[in-house]
Amino acid sequence: MTFPRSSFLRALLSLLSSMRFAVSLLTVLAIASVIGTVLKQNEPPANYIVEFGEFWAGLFDAQSLYDVYHAAGFLLILLFLIVSVSLCLWRHTPNLLRDLKSWREHATLDSLRALPHHAERPQPCEREHAVTTLTAHGFRVREKEAGQVWLVVGKKGRLHKAGYLFAHAAIVVICLGGLLDGNLPLKLTELAGSRIPEIRDLPQSQVPAHSRLAASNQAFRGNVTIPEDGIADVVFLNSGKGYYVQELPFAIKLNRFNVEHYPTGQPKRFMSEIELLDRTTGKVLRQAEVEVNKPLNYAGIAIYQASFGDGGSALRFAQHSLASGIPDSTLATRSQSTQPVNLNNRAYQLELGDFRTFNIEELPVDNASSPAGKMATAFTRAQSVRSEKHTRNLGPSIQFKLRDDAGQAVEFLNYLAPYSEEGQLYQLTGSRSDPGVPFRFIRVPLDQHGGPETFLRLRTTLLDPAQHREIARRTAAKAEAGGGISTQAQEQFRAVVLGVLDRFAHGGFPAIDRFLEEKVPQAQRPTVAQTYLKVLQGAAIDAMDVAQEKAGLKPLPVDEQQYRFLLDSLVASSGFFEYGAPVWLQLTGFEEVKSSGFQLTRAPGQLLVYLGALLLIIGVFCMFYIREVRCWVRITPQGTLLAMTANRKNNDLAREFAALSQALTGDIQP
Amino acid sequence: MKTIEPTPTPRAFLSFATLLVGVCGIIAWRYLPQMDSYEQGILLASTAGLIWLGWRWPAQQVFLPVCATLAWLATGLYAGDLARAQQSFWLKYVLASQSAVMWMCVLFVLATLLYWIGLLRRSITALSIASGLTWAAAAAALVALLVRWHESWLIGPDIGHIPVSNLYEVFILFCLITALLYLFYEARFQARNLGAFVLLVICAAVGFIVWYSLDRQAHEIQPLIPALQSWWMKIHVPANFVGYGAFALAAMLAVAQLLARHGILASRLPSIETLDEVMYRAIAVGFLFFTIATVLGAMWAADAWGGYWSWDPKETWALIVWLNYAAWLHVRLVKGWRGAILAWWAVVGLLVTIFAFVGVNMFLSGLHSYGKL
Ligand code: HEM
Repeated sequence: MTFPRSSFLRALLSLLSSMRFAVSLLTVLAIASVIGTVLKQNEPPANYIVEFGEFWAGLFDAQSLYDVYHAAGFLLILLFLIVSVSLCLWRHTPNLLRDLKSWREHATLDSLRALPHHAERPQPCEREHAVTTLTAHGFRVREKEAGQVWLVVGKKGRLHKAGYLFAHAAIVVICLGGLLDGNLPLKLTELAGSRIPEIRDLPQSQVPAHSRLAASNQAFRGNVTIPEDGIADVVFLNSGKGYYVQELPFAIKLNRFNVEHYPTGQPKRFMSEIELLDRTTGKVLRQAEVEVNKPLNYAGIAIYQASFGDGGSALRFAQHSLASGIPDSTLATRSQSTQPVNLNNRAYQLELGDFRTFNIEELPVDNASSPAGKMATAFTRAQSVRSEKHTRNLGPSIQFKLRDDAGQAVEFLNYLAPYSEEGQLYQLTGSRSDPGVPFRFIRVPLDQHGGPETFLRLRTTLLDPAQHREIARRTAAKAEAGGGISTQAQEQFRAVVLGVLDRFAHGGFPAIDRFLEEKVPQAQRPTVAQTYLKVLQGAAIDAMDVAQEKAGLKPLPVDEQQYRFLLDSLVASSGFFEYGAPVWLQLTGFEEVKSSGFQLTRAPGQLLVYLGALLLIIGVFCMFYIREVRCWVRITPQGTLLAMTANRKNNDLAREFAALSQALTGDIQP
Repeated sequence: MKTIEPTPTPRAFLSFATLLVGVCGIIAWRYLPQMDSYEQGILLASTAGLIWLGWRWPAQQVFLPVCATLAWLATGLYAGDLARAQQSFWLKYVLASQSAVMWMCVLFVLATLLYWIGLLRRSITALSIASGLTWAAAAAALVALLVRWHESWLIGPDIGHIPVSNLYEVFILFCLITALLYLFYEARFQARNLGAFVLLVICAAVGFIVWYSLDRQAHEIQPLIPALQSWWMKIHVPANFVGYGAFALAAMLAVAQLLARHGILASRLPSIETLDEVMYRAIAVGFLFFTIATVLGAMWAADAWGGYWSWDPKETWALIVWLNYAAWLHVRLVKGWRGAILAWWAVVGLLVTIFAFVGVNMFLSGLHSYGKL
């Protein structure tokens, strides 16, 4: 093969097909890839600005560093690689084939003698013997007679050179397959301006035509999430900062999504029961189960289990007002929905997030405290492969936000199932106003009937100034009866109780703390705090009695368990002052609707890529493990010459040469 | 440069091959119902592969049966009850997987010390003992993995899986494969003193294993997450570790070569040509297996993640490792480069490989969700 005449073209082509150019390309490719792994790809722009600052974020963006693998430059490198390797093949293949065909039977005596592996002896060797020996050593043989000279030529290991062809052709084939499946065609239509990714968050049906791709699109990779009993006939393709809507040639209906768990609580199996429907008639084309690692292939499209989640479950809440005088009510809604609600006569926006059925929590293992003890525990634990980790399932939970009319939002996390600790049951509710910090949980103690009513009654009474006199009266009377205070002091004690209750009703324990800090000298604070706490604990017993009487219920006997309940109630009541909402929305029931996320791909280049991969492996193997060896036995009446050469010189060749010369002439000396 | 061709004795080889076929038959007979057709294929291919290994490397005709017998004894001692790991003397102190791992660690450290003593004192005795210790450590590693496999089934039938599913397990595999590759070249090139260098990298892995187990309880067997429940894992991971092991070996030989080039230990080490030749061979083996592993990984990704290539950090770094060694091989074979620069490059190659192996798990997030540190 000859290169074009023009010297410029020739220089260009020889540059493109040179190994230096190829290695530079590979280096650039590697650096681009590194950037792609170090910078998180395809994140929301705000994240980059937070991380790098405006200036650098903008600069990186201009260089397409957030979507390196789809950047035009990256595709260009791949294209160059294809061109470069193809040219290299084009340049080398003819020589290579010629060399493969050639027997080199014109080798001269001098050139044979110049080979590092050669040996001569004065007796001529039998021609037949030479041929059979070479054949026995795996050589293909050709003979040539010229006058008195017989040349027996042998060669083996042709696959070594073929390996070069295979491996390099494989690179081209793989890159072609990759480009076919990549978004090159889409990038081109984008460049031409006929397609623009959508960046707004629109319902699928409202996405305009220039951001939609027809079902005939030959290569795509997109995602869609379908709730149980839901149907989807499009998937969404990420593209830079926006997305495209890709029409499918069929519709997918999710009948059920199943999760199985191991006894330890870790997920074991994700499986979707789906039906593929005809888009126009609705006829079922195919019924199948899709699992992780077990995709479904239909009409050239592969459907993968990619993710799962909540699909909008029906939820029931009990609304417990945290202000007195407003009756409880209920609320029925769906997860993942947003709706206006009226709480304690104020308008809020309720933004419900995901409903989760399982919340597996890892319990800490108790470790010895001393370093020696720790070491000993570690060694004991290292002997057993069975996991010592204890987990428990906290059960279903819902996360939601309440946004007031000023736009301020507080986030909540509420669990359905009671949480048990040392025999006492609690309802957990967490809140936070900053999404960056962990939830602060309130543990609402539950009564014998498993409900929060007793606590709520107590709390209302404690916070109701109208009840404080009666509570203080009873506490003081009890104190006098018990001999704790004198009759004269009763009045004074009642005032103390009233004061403590009043402060608690205006902000819980922190309010009492503030009072102490402002009014009591530092030296006396601990004693006074102790006293106040005792007073409050005593008053809680009476407040409970008052609350029960008001509700027309029997008083609760005060035993150890009840005492603990009262303490928990005080803590929880105090906690609700910083809850951030006027209402506690207690999750009371649900009907779960799951959703399943699918990835759909149409990758016509996949076969090509696999073929290339196979070629590559074969090629690499041949290049490294097949030795191309040629040998010559030159027989004249005056003697015999054996010479041998190979593409790679090492001891193996020396040994093979020794063995061959031994077999050929017995005592030949190298 | 001396090399020793293996001279297989046909008798021994035949009994070895018969034994392997027999074991394969027994496994097929006992576990066939639990295997899918891919796993049956893998069983057949591994049997063939091991027979081939025994042919090429006669020492394996002893090593493999010994390890298999020890593992089989361990399963007998367990008698279906994991709790016997603490009751049976032999399990508790030798054969339970964790005991075997601890033996492996101790033996590798001892072997390293002896290799260094042998190298510095020119003591043939020390070197042969070191070599024997390395064989013993490798046996402990293989037994540990086999027994661990059995133990995972004892924990629960749905938990049983091949022990190549997390960082702890693959580190043991790494020690095993690197040691075996080294022992192969040691016999082939009669170069025992190289162990002083190669075993250093194994000792680093041993240090990691000990820390990971004692501090993080990583030795506890966890059930497989759905993404890893695939027969691809059984071939993708081991292929990868032949690659990693070979690259690590090559890098340590490069270190030895660089020292020798500066006259350090030069008189005690094999010739620079031998060091260079073994380094090249190790990289060639590693490159072949790494290519296969990456292709297998792509095929697995096509089944699990919906695409054969997703530019996930682990994938991308595998590509970078691969490109690096492709370039190395090109300049050596095409440009004919030799000498210190290729040795330095092999060392840098190991750093890149280590990043792809553990660094990616530590610093970058992606789809390869297992093995987070
Ligand atoms: C990545 C896998 C690759 C492997 C394993 C590989 C291997 C080889 C080998 C062993 C040779 C020497 C052939 C011989 O002389 O017998 C060679 C030559 C060559 N390779 Fe690659 N190669 C690979 C990729 C590439 C790529 C991506 C390029 C880019 C253009 C390239 C360009 C070349 C060139 C130009 C030569 C010929 C040098 C010459 O003979 O003058 N190779 N390759």
